Amino acid sequence: MSEPVALKLTAKDFKSDQEVRWCPGCGDYAILAAIQQFMPELNIPRENTVFISGIGCSSRFPYYMNTYGMHSIHGRAPAIATGLSVSRPDLSVWVVTGDGDALSIGGNHLIHALRRNVNFKILLFNNRIYGLTKGQYSPTSEVGKITKSTPVGSADAPFNPISLALGAEATFVGRTIDSDRKHLQSVLRAAAEHEGSAFVEIYQNCNIFNDGAFEQLKDPATRDDHLIRLEHGQPITFGKDGQFCVVHPPGGFGLEVRETASTPAEEIVVHDANFADPAYAFALSRLPGFDLRNTPIGVFRSVRRPSYDSVVQDQLAEAKAKVTEPPEQQLAGLLASGDTWTIS
Amino acid sequence: MSKQIRQLDRVVIRFAGDSGDGMQLTGDRFTSETAQMGNDISTLPNFPAEIRAPAGTLPGVSSFQVHFADYDILTPGDAPNVLVAMNPAALKANLVDLPRGADIIVNTDEFTKRNLAKVGYSSNPLDDDTLAGYAVHPVALTSMTIGALAEQDVSKKDAERAKNMFALGLLSWMYSRPYESTLRFLERKFARRPELVAANVAAFKAGWNFGETTEDFAVRYEVKPAKMPPGTYRNITGNAALSLGIVAAGVRSGLPVFLGAYPITPASDILHELSKHKRFGVTTMQAEDEIAAIGAALGASYGGALGVTTTSGPGVALKGETISLAVALELPLVIVDVQRAGPSTGMPTKTEQADLNMALFGRHGEAPVAVIAPKSPSDCFYAALEAARIALTYRTPVILLSDNYVANGSEPWLLPDVDTLPDLRVEFATAPNGEDGTTFLPYLRDPQTLARPWAIPGTPGLEHRIGGLEKADKTGDISYDPANHDYMVRTRAARIDTIPVPDVEVEDPDGDARVLVLGWGSTYGPIGAACRALRQRGLPVAQAHLRHLAPMPANLGAVLRSYDRLVIPEMNLGQLAHVIRARYLVDAIGYNQVRGLPFTAAELETMLEEVLKNV
Repeated sequence: MSEPVALKLTAKDFKSDQEVRWCPGCGDYAILAAIQQFMPELNIPRENTVFISGIGCSSRFPYYMNTYGMHSIHGRAPAIATGLSVSRPDLSVWVVTGDGDALSIGGNHLIHALRRNVNFKILLFNNRIYGLTKGQYSPTSEVGKITKSTPVGSADAPFNPISLALGAEATFVGRTIDSDRKHLQSVLRAAAEHEGSAFVEIYQNCNIFNDGAFEQLKDPATRDDHLIRLEHGQPITFGKDGQFCVVHPPGGFGLEVRETASTPAEEIVVHDANFADPAYAFALSRLPGFDLRNTPIGVFRSVRRPSYDSVVQDQLAEAKAKVTEPPEQQLAGLLASGDTWTIS
Repeated sequence: MSKQIRQLDRVVIRFAGDSGDGMQLTGDRFTSETAQMGNDISTLPNFPAEIRAPAGTLPGVSSFQVHFADYDILTPGDAPNVLVAMNPAALKANLVDLPRGADIIVNTDEFTKRNLAKVGYSSNPLDDDTLAGYAVHPVALTSMTIGALAEQDVSKKDAERAKNMFALGLLSWMYSRPYESTLRFLERKFARRPELVAANVAAFKAGWNFGETTEDFAVRYEVKPAKMPPGTYRNITGNAALSLGIVAAGVRSGLPVFLGAYPITPASDILHELSKHKRFGVTTMQAEDEIAAIGAALGASYGGALGVTTTSGPGVALKGETISLAVALELPLVIVDVQRAGPSTGMPTKTEQADLNMALFGRHGEAPVAVIAPKSPSDCFYAALEAARIALTYRTPVILLSDNYVANGSEPWLLPDVDTLPDLRVEFATAPNGEDGTTFLPYLRDPQTLARPWAIPGTPGLEHRIGGLEKADKTGDISYDPANHDYMVRTRAARIDTIPVPDVEVEDPDGDARVLVLGWGSTYGPIGAACRALRQRGLPVAQAHLRHLAPMPANLGAVLRSYDRLVIPEMNLGQLAHVIRARYLVDAIGYNQVRGLPFTAAELETMLEEVLKNV
């Protein structure tokens, strides 16, 4: 196979002619710019790239990408994208969704796409609030959240999207932050290279209805103490000068944070995104507390499993390989199968 | 002993037994033998939704009715001439449909005190006068089968299970059916267990020989082949024909077919059948729910496949939002609704035509789609092709309204010459269509069909975005302009209204009828049979049948207005009549029945006779 031709696309090539209509200051702008800048790196022709979204602020995303795109209906983007991806293995398919779209109304499609391992990338913009419907709590809002629909505080417990994806048998799970372009692009890069479903949670700020939801992870004064930057093959340490580390205490099921200074080096967990048992990535996903302390970002899990698309295409190819007649003749044979009789 | 042979022109047989007795298979085999004989056939299976209802109870009764004749017939028959009752429950549940004088073959082994008590018989109906006036043939079916298989290498349970083949053998003898196809079938079915092939063949032959030797059956019957157009035939159910129609649509369009489906009675057989045809480029996906099923089909259509989803009424309700999206996106999509009795779970294995309103109107916003309905089992093949043709040509969702009666019923099908099937090839957009030669306008319409270009991902230079938000004419950009929305709503309506569909044909052989009977979908058979019966009695009546329910044929209004009276029989409470009155300002006499069963020709004949008297 010859080397693919360099397409020499730029960020500008991925900007559509549509006026971007998110609120000024919305975190979606940063994500859009980061993705437009990142796409040329994939060297995939624009016509072979498709963005499919559901409903919500984030779901306006496809209108702003100069690729093929569909702004569909609430929660259903993974289902629609599954049909497209399975029947068109030549395409690079991306699903853009939000915490309400993916985890509330579309929860069923999300988990089933992940268990099937459909060959597309899911970008979940999580701002822990409903924006487009003007400020109701979402399935990732914290308990007790005061919103328009919960004036004395929400009563239900939130989902942890990373834990949910892992429970749904996801083969690739990552998390990043809207304002950290370099990190965001590094996670997208890993997701794009993954064959099968890649689930990426992007913490995104809604400056109108839930401003500062992830501020501790962004503020230079606090972020180093809060963020755990996962790097494959590296011991997990974080904080100022690697002050903290992650260990797997004997006798327990989960992971814990310790002071690095008082922890023997060999006890510090070395991050292995390819670890087969999802329990490890799940334990990582449970580290953050309500104050967002100990929030891992990066690639939690990246394992290989045949994609749904490839299995379906293999079955089709195998069936077609046995065919020797032209389609019309095959069809005539099919119609006349079973018990037939002739009247002359 | 040679027996008397009597000629009949038609016979209706009903096989009835417990759900576990294999009555559907027995009926299928008898039908296949009868097809080989060259008779015209129509069948009606009737079974409970429960896979195995408690044995021996009335809710557990499963039956299969087959009507065969030496002339062309339209229905599975109103009343059986012969009932095969495998237990007291089957006798009790079916006796009400049996005219006096009919033959009843009963399996006496099952008429035990316990089984009689289960269905509320205080005394044995074989011994009292319950069956007075019927020709009862008591046969110890179970014990004779077990006896016949004594030398076979099978368990007593397997021997007992073969009793349906004994019954089939007996009936095959009675009606002089050729049985080679059944023997071949048994060899295929039990290919991995030769001892079961031997046992079932032995049971069949025992039943046949019993007929030959017993004195209880003095007469054998013959029904001569029907005069049917020359060609090759097979017997086919509506669901099978519909599946083949979808495969044929793929072949004739040259497009891959993508079926998204969620299992639901009575549509699941279409998913099962299509999953076997991968060599034709048919992909089937059993989705996580009804919404995902249609979503995936729409996604595949967006990518250039023929997207299809199959379901029943409850599923269509769930798919409504996605159908509206497909209306807005203007992409081809075929939605098959095999109707069953509702609302809610209703009676999942019983028939009804009560989803017409939902198909025509059951969406938010102004969301018109094309709607068509097959009139018979074999017509499901052509209806599927027609649905695909409209979807592909006019880039629209099409709802195909089948129902449980045509889906599971069967009839002989004269196999078509594949080359005569409609050419469904489509052209994808490949180049910019704007006046400047570089712009692509995804909503610039073909002036003839009003269809927009189908520009599939992967086509360089035509990158564009579509969605559920209202689109500006031509450019497809998001638009909240009042005049544009008004224009787009009207254009989407006109797109459907102007699809050319064939004129409705009126069957009025002498041209002197003053009453027109209008039907749609699966009622074609019983209405046709009733009209024929009336005409044979010198009572003129005209019949017209709608295949296209949206848009309706252009000549329909004129046809309706040319008769003094219009009668619309429907298996719902008057949904078509409502539309006809609203649209054509023509009054209609409704004849409505929702019993989960097709109309009988006799009841329609009686009703129409009353109407004729009052014209």
